[in-house]
Amino acid sequence: MAMISKEHKKEKLEFEETELRLGLPGGGGIVNGDLVKNGKRGYTETVDLKLNLALKETGKGENLQKEKNLISCSNDSVKHTHKAQVVGWPPVRSFRKSLMAVQKSNSEEGGGGAASFVKVSMDGAPYLRKVDLNMYKSYQDLYGALGKMFSSFTMGKCDSQGMMDFMNERKLMDVLNGSDFVPTYEDKDGDWMLVGDVPWGMFVGSCNRLCIMKGTEAIGLAPRAMEKCKNRS
Amino acid sequence: MSEDEELPDLVGGSTRSSNSTAVSGGGDQNYVSPSPDQVLENVIENVLYFLTSRHDRNAASLVCKSWYHAEALTRSELFIGNCYSVSPCRVTNRFKLIKAIAIKGKPRFSDFSLLPPDWGAHFAPWLRAMAVSYRALEKVYLKRMCVSDEDLAIAAHSFPILKELVLVCCEGFGTDGLAIVARECRHIRVLELVDSDITDDEVDWISCFPDDVTCLESLIFDCVESPINFEALERLVARSPSLKKLRLNSYISIRQLYCLMIRAPQLTHLGTGSFSTLEIVAQGEQEPDYISAFAACKSLICLSGFKDINPEYLSAIYPVCGNLTSLNLSYANISAEQLKPVICQCHKLQTFWALDSVSDEGLQAVSAACKDLRELRVFPVEALEDAEGPVSEVGLLAISEGCRKLQSILYFCQRMTNAAVVAMSKNCPDLVVFRLCIMGRHRPDHVTGEPMDEGFGAIVKNCKKLTRLAVSGLLTDRAFNYIGQYGKLLRTLSVAFAGNTDLGLKYLLEGCPKLLKLEIRDSPFGDSALFAGLHHYYNMRFMWLSSCKVTRHGCEEVARQLPGLVVEVIALNEEDKETNEYVDTMYLYRSLDRPRADAPRMMVRPPLIVGKALYKYKAGLPLAGLKISRSPCGSMYLSS
Repeated sequence: MAMISKEHKKEKLEFEETELRLGLPGGGGIVNGDLVKNGKRGYTETVDLKLNLALKETGKGENLQKEKNLISCSNDSVKHTHKAQVVGWPPVRSFRKSLMAVQKSNSEEGGGGAASFVKVSMDGAPYLRKVDLNMYKSYQDLYGALGKMFSSFTMGKCDSQGMMDFMNERKLMDVLNGSDFVPTYEDKDGDWMLVGDVPWGMFVGSCNRLCIMKGTEAIGLAPRAMEKCKNRS
Repeated sequence: MSEDEELPDLVGGSTRSSNSTAVSGGGDQNYVSPSPDQVLENVIENVLYFLTSRHDRNAASLVCKSWYHAEALTRSELFIGNCYSVSPCRVTNRFKLIKAIAIKGKPRFSDFSLLPPDWGAHFAPWLRAMAVSYRALEKVYLKRMCVSDEDLAIAAHSFPILKELVLVCCEGFGTDGLAIVARECRHIRVLELVDSDITDDEVDWISCFPDDVTCLESLIFDCVESPINFEALERLVARSPSLKKLRLNSYISIRQLYCLMIRAPQLTHLGTGSFSTLEIVAQGEQEPDYISAFAACKSLICLSGFKDINPEYLSAIYPVCGNLTSLNLSYANISAEQLKPVICQCHKLQTFWALDSVSDEGLQAVSAACKDLRELRVFPVEALEDAEGPVSEVGLLAISEGCRKLQSILYFCQRMTNAAVVAMSKNCPDLVVFRLCIMGRHRPDHVTGEPMDEGFGAIVKNCKKLTRLAVSGLLTDRAFNYIGQYGKLLRTLSVAFAGNTDLGLKYLLEGCPKLLKLEIRDSPFGDSALFAGLHHYYNMRFMWLSSCKVTRHGCEEVARQLPGLVVEVIALNEEDKETNEYVDTMYLYRSLDRPRADAPRMMVRPPLIVGKALYKYKAGLPLAGLKISRSPCGSMYLSS
């Protein structure tokens, strides 16, 4: 079940009008079994926070929490401990948490220096974000920050250097055929590429904007990406 | 005809000829006792018109029916603490002249994802009623309500003289709605969006303000996470001579901030946006003189923003530090070393918000410099249970020793001691709000290993003005005993992962006569504790119990005994609802009217008992459980 509906808000409203349900017209409700998108804050975030690996294993189906309170935060797979985080604890509002995720990298770098801000959009997400690529040292760092910003963001697998192995076509196809989200970017040539295909420094220098797409939609990029790689090597 | 039904002519205070007069027995023979009508007029002119506090007005309305009616006709500001406590039409039937309204919706724990997103708190039903009855509405304040773009459009059309719109922790609308407000509300003076979730509809709403001079006094949009047409904003600021409060979002760079500041040196409240360079700057291009821009703002007393701060720019604010009464650095991940040169100049500071990145050392600097501090909030950079934690009892102690006038504190930390909390209770007797969040669950005093009972006990005992308390750390029933014993003025209490037995909650419900709002999560309080509050629930705005040990039967029993309450029961899982002994969440609140009809969709099943408004629903799936209610005259009805 898609956590964040792709439909535009207005479309959703029309759907609500025709749907048979109990309650006053105009009141909130559930559209077709999906959670009504209510933005960043709210229960959707709760349900989104889970181990990315677990999501892949259980399939796209339900997002029911087996353990209602103890769930694993997507942060865990990137940094810190593997202790399960409790829903809504510590009681810090989500917009503070997501901002801090970006800023923490800032403090580790020591701040200063020219910024390299790029817009980040995600398919189905109701808002855009900006990240300063100079704040990160590697693809892993970037994925960590993006993961915190977009809680339902699911990363494809990366090797330890954070570069995808393009020569292994089958591995790539697995990722793209799944329902995972993959990070893509627009480079200086205006081409859309899969993130991770070039060394980090080169990526920072050539990235104009980021877009986190559904794997199935990013499939078309793969051949092009491979083309570019072959030309470079 | 009786005095009760005939309403006196209030406008212009015209005098009426009295039907009868009484002559006093003795004394001055010229004195004539006024008639009941004249008494009422006197009351209205000399008393009610001056009563602004809603508490005073509530009291006045209880004197007798005449006063009730007179008060209802003269009240202009309305406060609805829980949007479901009363129906909109009951309100519009009683009060006729409302100019300002404040409505609060969801309980606070909804901020932490503890409530399903479709729970409710819609503005729409209120809007419908007010669009008919309060066309002269000037001020709208909403907190934790669901507001749609359509709602904003209707409000803009229905309230032609709307002057103030303040939306705090709201959601459901986007920049589309903002565009409508900007375009249609010609008299808008105050437009404040605070901590709200606003979707980016990719609309240039700033350009929608009318082209002529505006009467804007306050424009706050720092929570709007979408790009702004800067040129349009610059022109807007230039044609808003009354603008005093401006809070920018993180898409505004420091260069752009500079341009705005030099156009609006009259600002008193400024939110600085990102406070870093976002654009690509050509090599060798001159940086604007940020210091002079700040120096020109001679009236600036409140500074916030710093959403993506480049700490190198922080020194630009030096010229205003000496005047600041409020400084919010709670998005600025800066160290103690970076904070010190700023804070040491802020002698007049009364409100300070920061991140724990400033560490205990930074707080010591605050303590040394800010002798007038009233409110401190320290937020965590890492909101995790077992992170490093740069602030501790050391910082708390330092603050308590330096800032003796402290009234309100919110402090996130990883470790704390009873001694420091006790010290604060003695050093800061003026404390009204004490909220300590030790982020590790059940964490004891890290020096002695003892529970945090004594610390919180000292707070309730020594801080005699305390009305709001949030507890944390390892706490036994004893802590609640203290609170019940000493917390006689306590109105708001927040509890998490605390207590041993039902006694804990019993102490609270039996001991705290002023308790109005009680939110508890993950604490072992069960049905017998729940019943201990039956005498008090009508005096409360709400009580929230989640992941406690309250059973469905217990909730039903409360509902049965107190027909004036709505008891909402929320189950997280479809399976759990039948098999689980304990309910996941219980949210009860007093209500004058029928249970709400906009609860999330539910399946109809035959009920086992008769009670008022018992809901069970799961996030994202249909509810099970029927709503059977009793009307005030006792008849039962099914409501959907």
